Amino acid sequence: MFSTPTKLSGLVNTLRFARNQSTLVLVEHNNEKINPVTLNAITAARALGGEVNCLVAGTSCGDVAKEVSSVEGISKVLVAEDAAFEGFMPEKLTPILMASQNQFKFTHIIAGASAFSRGLLPRVAAQLDVSPISDIIGIKDKDTFVRTIYAGNAIMTLKSMDPVKIVTVRTTAFEPATVGGGSAALEAAPAAAGDTADVSQWVGQELSKSERPDLGSAKVVVSGGRGMKTGDNFSMLYDLADKLGAGVGASRAAVDAGMVPNDMQIGQTGKIIAPELYIAVGISGAIQHLAGMKDSKVIVAVNKDPEAPIFQVSDFGLVADLFKAVPEITEKI
Amino acid sequence: MALKVLVGCKRVIDYAVKIRIKPDKLGVVTEGVKHSMNPFDEIAVEEAVRLKERKLAKEIIVVTCGPPQAAETIRTALAMGADRGIHVEIPLDQMDTFQPLHVSKVLAKLAEKEKVDIVMLGKLAIDDDSNQTAQMTASLLDWPQGVFASKIDKTDAGLEIIREVDGGLETIRTTLPAVLSADLRLNEPRYATLPNIMKAKKKKVVKMTPADLGVDMAPRIQIVSVEDPPVREAGQTVADVDDLVAKLKEKGFSSA
Repeated sequence: MFSTPTKLSGLVNTLRFARNQSTLVLVEHNNEKINPVTLNAITAARALGGEVNCLVAGTSCGDVAKEVSSVEGISKVLVAEDAAFEGFMPEKLTPILMASQNQFKFTHIIAGASAFSRGLLPRVAAQLDVSPISDIIGIKDKDTFVRTIYAGNAIMTLKSMDPVKIVTVRTTAFEPATVGGGSAALEAAPAAAGDTADVSQWVGQELSKSERPDLGSAKVVVSGGRGMKTGDNFSMLYDLADKLGAGVGASRAAVDAGMVPNDMQIGQTGKIIAPELYIAVGISGAIQHLAGMKDSKVIVAVNKDPEAPIFQVSDFGLVADLFKAVPEITEKI
Repeated sequence: MALKVLVGCKRVIDYAVKIRIKPDKLGVVTEGVKHSMNPFDEIAVEEAVRLKERKLAKEIIVVTCGPPQAAETIRTALAMGADRGIHVEIPLDQMDTFQPLHVSKVLAKLAEKEKVDIVMLGKLAIDDDSNQTAQMTASLLDWPQGVFASKIDKTDAGLEIIREVDGGLETIRTTLPAVLSADLRLNEPRYATLPNIMKAKKKKVVKMTPADLGVDMAPRIQIVSVEDPPVREAGQTVADVDDLVAKLKEKGFSSA
């Protein structure tokens, strides 16, 4: 074989990558700051190898684009700012993604798994005639991904045969990329082809406002289930959470019963989290709930029923009346 | 304006069953295992039936893509109140690589063929947990979508939908026709009563294949393996709160 100076072979390898692989990360944001799920997606994108680019689309992108460009390892940040993107409606954002894809021919389009990316990326995949891959927990190579099925009771490794991979990434499986140290170029995103008909309109949102740590990133989460009996009783969980600096979640049963709002639901179809410590109070431990928290480092369960399935996954199980035990824990911790 | 609704439903392993991995590690054991209608699809069927009861819909067509056994799922939907069924038959051994992309092409073709106003699906199927089909169907049809819906209302111009999103609830409006997907709290599905189960036997079910609709079934994925998740080691019971607090402090957890 011939020998090449190290610098040149490095360049050759870079060119090989650049020709083969280029990823677009769809940035989730609120027109002020990046949503943390995007930082996990950027880590996943970097794990693929190849160039990593980002797309910021919204009504006011300046601050977010600047923040994204300062994440290490990003080649360029495409910016699409338009009043039409109010509410981040998927019907309006799909054409922008398609325009970028048609121009740059990315091999991978990635986003952190969330209500936003789940609503939008499959629309893009259908336009590209590819099969999207949701909620991956691992990357084996540029074509091969790992994801859970059956509420996390089986792990599937699959190889995608499509030319473009559209992937959402479970945030608990990838470390967040650090903001700072990078200086990617900002560029206007290619304009969407044609005019999108006004078939859908964002009216508004009712978001829960909380000073507490966000469930997706909290190190400690206290969670209540059917055993809490009423929404008012959740105040004892809020007291414990305040003392621990924790976020507060709930099982489906508690949300269905109207005790707490839907954004607190932890489970197969709610939020999937993996905090350092998860304290399940009055939660029986149905398969669908476990799907949302069984990767937590330490699980504590408080339930008066010694047969409750939650005790099969908990590291420390306390069989007790939660109405006595929880205030006592709050006092003594 | 009485609407025509196409409701999709899927036959899946029942949500309460403890699944087992096949010895060849390429799938999950389905033979001899209890199956039911995907819970989110029950909610979708129920919503369609309620639209009919409120005289907003005039006809409900239920469609399933699945093996011969999926005929039971159609019968359940008919017993709940759907008017007629379409069974798009997929051989059992092709189900594993039959993806939302393929289903959405079938649904889009049927939506156009039947000239429906609403395609109503469940948010996700509890086996593959994909949460893609409604979005992809809407995209292929170039229709608006109202996915993860927890409330659907008719307006003069179309629909107003409240959706469950990560931070809470979001309200959108769409024109018709539209594709919707049902989230958990959209409604509580009814049980089919015996008289309705009997009536359902007389309702018409048409069989067809994806090829009849011009849909290409070629797989887009190759399943490399299906495995058990890592097993969590058994934990311990603590005697009382003092014991628990001590153990937590040992692990480094205490008041912030």
